Amino acid sequence: MAIEPVPELQIIDRFGPHRLYSKGARLESGSEPDRLVQTHCCFCGMQCGIQLKVKGNEVIGFEPWEEFPFNKGMLCPKGVKRYLQGSHPDRLLTAYQRDPDSPNGFRTLPYDQAIKRVAAEIDRIQKAHGPDSFAVLGGASLTTEKAYLLGKFARVCLRTSNIDYNGRLCMVSAAAANKKAFGVDRAANPWDDILKAKVIWISGSNVAECFPILTDYIWQARENGARVIVVDPRITPIARTCDLFLPVKPGRDIALFNGILNLMIENNWLDHDFIQQHTVGFEQTAEHVREWTPRKTAEVTGIAERSIRQAAEWWGTASSSFLMHARGIEHHTHGVQNCLGAINIVLASGRIGREGCGYGTITGQGNGQGGREHGQKCDQLPGARDIENPSHRAHMAQFWGITPEELPRAGVDAYEMFRRIGRGEIKGMLSICFNPMVSLPDTTFVKWMLERLEFFVVIDFFMSETSRHADIVLPGSLHEEDEGTVTSAEGRVIKINKAIDCPGDARQDWRIIQDIAKALGRERGFTFGSPNEIFQELRGASAGGIADYSGITYEKIEQNMGVFWPCPSEDHPGTPRLFEKGSWNPIAKGAGPYYFPDGRARFNVAPYSPPAEDVDVDFPVILTTGRVVSQFLSGNQTRRIGPLVDQTPEPVIEIHPLLAEKHGIEDGDWVRIESRRSVCTLQARIVTTIRPDTVFVPYHWAGRKSINQVTIAAQDPISKIPEYKVCAVRLIRQYDPPDYLKELEPQQ
Amino acid sequence: MPVHDQMEFFIDPSRCIGCQACVQACGECDTHKGVPMIHLEYVDRGHSTQTVPVVCMHCDSPTCAEVCPADAIKKTADGVVQTARKPRCVACNNCVLACPFGVPKMMTDFELMMKCDMCYDRTSAGKKPMCATVCPSGALFFGTRERIETMRPRGTPVNQFQFGTQTITTKVSMMVPKYAARIEHIDVAAAMNEGSGGKSISLNILTAVYNAKDEA
Repeated sequence: MAIEPVPELQIIDRFGPHRLYSKGARLESGSEPDRLVQTHCCFCGMQCGIQLKVKGNEVIGFEPWEEFPFNKGMLCPKGVKRYLQGSHPDRLLTAYQRDPDSPNGFRTLPYDQAIKRVAAEIDRIQKAHGPDSFAVLGGASLTTEKAYLLGKFARVCLRTSNIDYNGRLCMVSAAAANKKAFGVDRAANPWDDILKAKVIWISGSNVAECFPILTDYIWQARENGARVIVVDPRITPIARTCDLFLPVKPGRDIALFNGILNLMIENNWLDHDFIQQHTVGFEQTAEHVREWTPRKTAEVTGIAERSIRQAAEWWGTASSSFLMHARGIEHHTHGVQNCLGAINIVLASGRIGREGCGYGTITGQGNGQGGREHGQKCDQLPGARDIENPSHRAHMAQFWGITPEELPRAGVDAYEMFRRIGRGEIKGMLSICFNPMVSLPDTTFVKWMLERLEFFVVIDFFMSETSRHADIVLPGSLHEEDEGTVTSAEGRVIKINKAIDCPGDARQDWRIIQDIAKALGRERGFTFGSPNEIFQELRGASAGGIADYSGITYEKIEQNMGVFWPCPSEDHPGTPRLFEKGSWNPIAKGAGPYYFPDGRARFNVAPYSPPAEDVDVDFPVILTTGRVVSQFLSGNQTRRIGPLVDQTPEPVIEIHPLLAEKHGIEDGDWVRIESRRSVCTLQARIVTTIRPDTVFVPYHWAGRKSINQVTIAAQDPISKIPEYKVCAVRLIRQYDPPDYLKELEPQQ
Repeated sequence: MPVHDQMEFFIDPSRCIGCQACVQACGECDTHKGVPMIHLEYVDRGHSTQTVPVVCMHCDSPTCAEVCPADAIKKTADGVVQTARKPRCVACNNCVLACPFGVPKMMTDFELMMKCDMCYDRTSAGKKPMCATVCPSGALFFGTRERIETMRPRGTPVNQFQFGTQTITTKVSMMVPKYAARIEHIDVAAAMNEGSGGKSISLNILTAVYNAKDEA
């Protein structure tokens, strides 16, 4: 019965999002903390070190942690103000039950009763409709311990194949491409290698706003003599000072990479020795890109031919280089092909696996890397093992004390789960660390599907837009209320430290999951007493796998300010840089540095295809979406932090003056954005920093302000990532502001 | 303890990403919690993402102090211009209007001019100012001149500014490009066409779709 119990405004009235500003001990001068806790930021994949000031059971501020090597005290505004998420009036302090008779839609109930109800509903649904009728959604902001436990819970306790996570919206295209090309899914190099590179290629990443600290690495490299090439439909702050800007038409990145490779071949800007000794498949790929002449590439990508030639020359003749990309090339129905195209130009250059020669995707979420390696992804088992590989299945089944037959097969991706709800195949769902009502495309469809569930339980610390649909909401833990590990975007395993206790009836998430297992009468394997106990099991589970954590301990992480995986034994120092000459891995077993039996990397033919929904006469404008610096993902945390809301109160639509003129739109006008799915009305910001055929809207807001009402649910056939970066819309100037302006505060 | 005389403050606008970490962190300073003393300017958002953080330049002869009728604005021996002294400040706004950099702020609730004091509580205790510690892109830098000259060979520090006939020398330096670079792209459309000079753009990407629409 996952229908919002009362109208939205009544739920918002009680549960927010409300804005919190500093007050009390957080505002008093001379208010000395009891202690400083060294930990990391709770937001993006950079995982900056930060010290939290703790007084009593409250985080009252922060102090830069200048000794942590990645960020050296640097922080973005989200990190600076993150402490305001604690002691927040919106914080869930008890369990809640859906109650349409309550003025705010929910009434409190004792924690134990809530757990019993959850277990009873899971039991009822699975007995009536089979184990797969109950699904689990996880998230990549969970610690690796929680992610591991959640995967084990779904497969061993619930025996459901239906588990997936919000990393499906993040970097799965890059992960799939990395596995196809390198046999392993991890950024190949530590960020330090950026500083030594002479050409830096950034495709589809608004580095300055999404990964602010990385900007310093890139600009320092430029000071050291590097040339920076940025491929983006917008002049983002990192593009503003780049040496070559390629304003790609959204959805056409693969055409560009193919065109660059063709020019590299034509001009013999290739590392023949590397290609011959360390790769396979070059000839086929070379044959495929022959048709991508500079002229054709320019026509398809919308980039000037001379810029394409310039980029190819700089890239082709560089002595060292670093290529990085992010969601800009990954959020596409051909996201995997885009990433493969990028990897092809890296392999052709031979510049990988050594100092100053690197490649990597910039993972978006705090534990985007660790959160996908150990078993909450629908097709993956701990240690980055493949759930359909018989020997991997046998290994994990034995480790968990079940038979391989009892271990569920691969499930479906997070979006497909919603379609399965529609087909009546999934009847119940548990969600943690995921806010699909804001973050999935075509949210109207997502809402319809949620409403069809017989039972929906959410574990969260705030009443997210998604938990408004829940039958039961269980009060989980904030980042600062638990310990554990996460793996940053560069593959560095780091330690999150607990600063305060959970308030009220709130529990650490892993305890909640174990309480449900116990209430189901299947607590075997779910009796851990601490995150470290879970980590010890995870180390064992990952041993011998690709993502081998077996040599990592909490103590070793703290002593070394992080340990890069793979780390197969306690005396192993970890592996900051993958693919070094002579390096060993468990697949190649010494045959070569890449994770295939012959030790060689793979070129992959990456064919061009247009976006699923191209512009036409009815919907003539390209919509692309992304982030702003002061908000994070679905905004469940950052839309409650007053100073961050003030920095960017509401989403605006960026429109080039030439496009605006065609529609009679002026700066500050209200614009109705219509797609085949739905509409969204926002204020216009007229800027020359975007392609005239494209508009941009950030996606952090909910409900009527959510651009994901408009986006398309088309997915990459391999990675299943949705195509957030391109759909077709039309713009209509509005003379009156939308109703929400009067009804809602900016962040709501 | 005075601010270490080798440690200097540098602003490098070419590196500013407009994230406001500096402004948000300034509001966390113990001496003025909740109220940032610095701000961020967009130069012209319609045409560029260029932003500039505005912190006090700590002038050798501070205009704000010179125009203060109550002699409320003092400079420390190590050259840091302080917030107005509470007992003296008459909240007349002279300093706010006179500062050529637009730094002082009138806090009407306290009837007091408050301004960036280079985190004197931190810098006088051997730490870096809050803004320059957190700045994620190196647009605000606190360290030795030797260090910044080694690390930023493309720029050069400048601390003399001309406002009409007034020449101002400051304790804080601004990094400016050593070699004047031609600006390639201000308008995305200019980067999409061959040899386009920025404004004379053939908009084939728009006309293709819109002509089709007109025909339909």
